[in-house]
Amino acid sequence: MTAVTAGAVPIRRAVHPVPLTRITAVELRKMFDTRSGFWLIASIAISAVLAAAGVILFAADDELTYSTFATAIRFPVVIILPLVAILAVTSEWSQRTGLTTFTMVPHRGRIIAAKAISSVLIAIAAMALTFAVGALGNLLGAAVTGTPLVWDVTITQCLYYVLGMVLSLLIGFMLGVLIRASIGAVVAYFVLTFLLPTIFSLLAAGSQWFHDLQPWIDIQFAQSGLFVFDKSLTGEQWANIVVTGIVWLVIPLLIGLRLVMRTEVK
Amino acid sequence: MITVEGLTKKYGTTLAVDDVSFTAAPGRVTGFLGPNGAGKSTTMRIMVGLTRPTAGNVTISGQTFADLPNPGLEVGVLLDASAQHAGRTGREILTLAQRLMGLPRTRVEEMLAAVSLTPGEASRRVGEYSLGMRQRLGIATALIGDPEVLILDEPANGLDPAGIRWMRDLLRGYADRGGTVLLSSHLLHEIEVIADDIVMIGHGRIVSRGSKTELLQAAGTIVRAVDLVRLEQALTDWGLSASATGDGGLRTEADAALVGTVALEAGVALTELRAAEGAGLEEMFLELTSTTQREGAPS
Repeated sequence: MTAVTAGAVPIRRAVHPVPLTRITAVELRKMFDTRSGFWLIASIAISAVLAAAGVILFAADDELTYSTFATAIRFPVVIILPLVAILAVTSEWSQRTGLTTFTMVPHRGRIIAAKAISSVLIAIAAMALTFAVGALGNLLGAAVTGTPLVWDVTITQCLYYVLGMVLSLLIGFMLGVLIRASIGAVVAYFVLTFLLPTIFSLLAAGSQWFHDLQPWIDIQFAQSGLFVFDKSLTGEQWANIVVTGIVWLVIPLLIGLRLVMRTEVK
Repeated sequence: MITVEGLTKKYGTTLAVDDVSFTAAPGRVTGFLGPNGAGKSTTMRIMVGLTRPTAGNVTISGQTFADLPNPGLEVGVLLDASAQHAGRTGREILTLAQRLMGLPRTRVEEMLAAVSLTPGEASRRVGEYSLGMRQRLGIATALIGDPEVLILDEPANGLDPAGIRWMRDLLRGYADRGGTVLLSSHLLHEIEVIADDIVMIGHGRIVSRGSKTELLQAAGTIVRAVDLVRLEQALTDWGLSASATGDGGLRTEADAALVGTVALEAGVALTELRAAEGAGLEEMFLELTSTTQREGAPS
């Protein structure tokens, strides 16, 4: 072991603040640089391909349209994508890397913002991939079965679809920020996405007044219009998305951000 | 330069850190010494903005930590070497720091060499590292931005004797070039070997601080004589406290010159007269912390 000259000292350099782009690039890298992180993101691509293959194998010939592919691929992606956002946030606490991260950038808001930006970038990339795999599936399906090629999705509907995915991802992100523990946040995500809508629909089936109220309370129900690929949303549907988004996403996110700013990192 | 002023941290009704003030000066290694649970780590977390103090403040080179534009270039921090994602490789962890601080890419391999991690070890995942290797990686991360100030919490934990020696030389050289080093330990020996200044803390409160030489002096003098009873009487007559060391000697607060004078006046022949170093500091450490220590050392 040699004596080290690793820390020359006194020359004072002009120090520039760390730009947000650089923090974001590092946060993006952190999503891929562990085996678990890498395979989680890789599984988006893998499951998209599997879902497309499933459609070709099992869907009836007259259903081999682009919207069928896009809808089928949505299911695995909508489960995995929010996990990416959850783990990006919670790993700072559960793996305790926050001890380093938050001392290298002592403004937690900037780290959280960088994580949000990199999560949304991943979501958009995943959507581009989904559309590409869906298109390939559609071409391949038509070629294999000899059915006519049907492109039944407009650009607007694609944008709806991306918006819906980004909102799902942000729900995961919000839960990560609010709960800051991997397992807790993942469980909460499944409760919010799968259990709660079931309860809401049972309630709606049981009582008329709740049935009328459901679009204003149930965030999944309010957003369902984003994924149907058949018509554009009405003003009221947009209002439903905004209201449920404020209640289920914005308010808890603000509470979570306040907790993140104030709590001790150990 | 680290300046801590009136730092207090309350958890409910428990005072974890109680009005702690001290400075760590450039060119010196300051040892932060105290038993486990004394408040060392809490104080260090407050220094780097991970914990909010109830009162008081800390400045580093005149600025609060949060005001440093790119802290990694000014303060190297190692709080817990095990607080790393087990799935990342050592090299990847250094690369993340290098990118975030905007340093040249060559810095990563330089630092790996500086802390004696081989390329093979650097490519392994941190989950497979020994604590000693994690400490080396943590020190590399702290030093990568070439900072002027180092804050290290128990950096010698898990290092073998050769590793401790290596770290001592590293920190010594760093301080000699004008750097400020603050390191904590619950082991007196580590601090005694490495530090120039010592801040001793027990139950959140500073119990002693000063340069190592001052503290050694404060530990007093060991004296032996043929006629121990008469010497003790003479010291007491001079208003000096004296206590038996238990092995045929006396310990007194007075310095050696004064004890010699007293012995001469009293006509007592001395057989030994020396500063109570080493063991004295240890005794002081136990003494000062026994009342505040968790387990409660025998007093």
